[in-house]
Amino acid sequence: MSQTVMKLADLPKLQGFALSDDERHEIEHALGHYPDGRAASIDALKAVQKRRGWVPDEAIPEIAAAIGITAAELEGVATFYSLIFRRPVGRHVIKVCDSISCHLTGYDELKGELVKQLGIQYGQTTSDQRFTLLPICCLGACDRGATMMIDDDLFGPVEPADVSKILGQYA
Amino acid sequence: MTLRSASDAQYQRPLTRLIDVAAGPLWLQGHEAEGGYQALKQVVKEFKPQEVQAKVKDANLRGRGGAGFPTGIKWSLIPMGPDAGTKYLVCNADEMEPGTFKDRLLMEQTPHSLVESMATAAYAIGAQTGYIFLRGEYVVAAERLNRAIDEAKAGGYLGKNILGGGWSFELYVHTGAGRYICGEETALINSLEGRRANPRAKPPFPQIAGLWGRPTIVNNVETLCNIPHIVLNGADWFKSLNQGKSKDAGTKLYGCSGRANKPGCWELPIGTTARELLEVHAGGMRGGKKLKAWLPGGASTDFLLPEHLDLAMDFDTIAKAGSRMGTGLITVVAEDQSIVSAVRNLEEFFARESCGWCTPCRDGLPWSVKMLLAIERGEGVPEDLDQLAKLTRWLGPGKTFCAHAPGAMEPLQSALKYFRAEFEAGIPACSLPQAGDTCHLPDSGRRPAAKPPNAAPASVS
Repeated sequence: MSQTVMKLADLPKLQGFALSDDERHEIEHALGHYPDGRAASIDALKAVQKRRGWVPDEAIPEIAAAIGITAAELEGVATFYSLIFRRPVGRHVIKVCDSISCHLTGYDELKGELVKQLGIQYGQTTSDQRFTLLPICCLGACDRGATMMIDDDLFGPVEPADVSKILGQYA
Repeated sequence: MTLRSASDAQYQRPLTRLIDVAAGPLWLQGHEAEGGYQALKQVVKEFKPQEVQAKVKDANLRGRGGAGFPTGIKWSLIPMGPDAGTKYLVCNADEMEPGTFKDRLLMEQTPHSLVESMATAAYAIGAQTGYIFLRGEYVVAAERLNRAIDEAKAGGYLGKNILGGGWSFELYVHTGAGRYICGEETALINSLEGRRANPRAKPPFPQIAGLWGRPTIVNNVETLCNIPHIVLNGADWFKSLNQGKSKDAGTKLYGCSGRANKPGCWELPIGTTARELLEVHAGGMRGGKKLKAWLPGGASTDFLLPEHLDLAMDFDTIAKAGSRMGTGLITVVAEDQSIVSAVRNLEEFFARESCGWCTPCRDGLPWSVKMLLAIERGEGVPEDLDQLAKLTRWLGPGKTFCAHAPGAMEPLQSALKYFRAEFEAGIPACSLPQAGDTCHLPDSGRRPAAKPPNAAPASVS
């Protein structure tokens, strides 16, 4: 597996961002749930992230306009929430639970194995764009510690020896 | 239809009796066949909203999200009557308290129970719209709750003119995007409105001015799931569920995680002892190790010791012992595990999850982590102990905007109280022979005492 890390300078430069019809449709659906468009902020950011992996700076004014708030207000929200990604991520995002129950049941070993196999630290993406590694707070599966999520899939208990087989499921 | 009766032995576990993890959740027909939506039918046809409120108050149901506030009293503060206008019911399903994994079970395995519970509770408080504020990582729960909501709508249990009673209620799942602070009631409301999850000042309380300034009730998943059973079987039945083990009423979803043999989550009479949780249900400590300490109900509760295992796990008893029951899912630490390291892990969590709104929390928590890391590496200085003790006061109740920092100080203050020697062992100056029992030597000079992050320069002249 690749040992190099993506650099900031490698961030793709986007020209002329436009929401897709799909994204617009999903945002409009979310708007129907609330009496105030601002409440659809997270739903709208997620609609974009779901399709593009992350939320580029250029997307913020477009999304803000779609829900009727200012870009600055949406930026405040987009930078507050840890699961809205503002830099590109790999095809798969690994979220390793680093809270107390997993800390007591093998978190250090699990994280160490992931770092070793992927050759990256938290917040980094493998140069083949396959995996991004992130810590996450308690996944609510403490009876299965040590736990991690890859995309929407929950794994636990994960022993270091299980790691390569689990990673192998993700292309 | 096999509507279970209150005398049915299995009905002593009302919240989990329909759960069969291997078989998966009951969908609408199966849920109805087991007595589902009977409570909603009953309240819409036979009860006035205030009568439902009275039942819940009489039942002495206390909030299961961690604080234990009486649900009936919370509800009684919401304006009622024809002029009350728009009101909201919000389910706090942002289960993110480290060590807690009970609401996930209810939402994934019995989604219709929460949907029915919310409709029933909404009727009681006169809410027209409800939101389930679900943490983003609970993708299975989101999918199942959305399916249950669609089915309930098709079945006439949600939407317009529910069961022909002339009352309408719309229910939506709102998924979050991380941040533990969203579990704080007023931060949750800000987040739901599409703002940063900073807590709000209280008063006004959400019951008066909550979501979009309207009267709002925020209840935890487990709390809500008790409502239909209280409606069907009455307050006296609910009070009897504790089997005489506690002053509190009902059952509780307890659990055990950490270094236990068989970690899990179980519905038991409220007031069950922690010893029963650990030794009977969780099969004792893993690898024959001894128990060193335990958190009664999440990261924001004070550590207790093995000598506290026989206490009833209820709100008042655990509070008397100097901790809080919190969410009621215990986390156990084994004799060979480091308390300093555990506390460092806990404070790192709280530091990262602070919303940054107020200074003691934003700056104090990273400061505590800095000192704990130094002690963990064996590079602590004697001042660290005093400074950590001071932080437990500076970040304590009343010093910050919300309960985040005071909660963070609970495991720290209790660890300092019970395991001081372990902290001293990480401070070289304390382990010199002449230091005696307590650490009083001046700074050894190995490391300057940790300063708060972003501390102002000593002199600006």
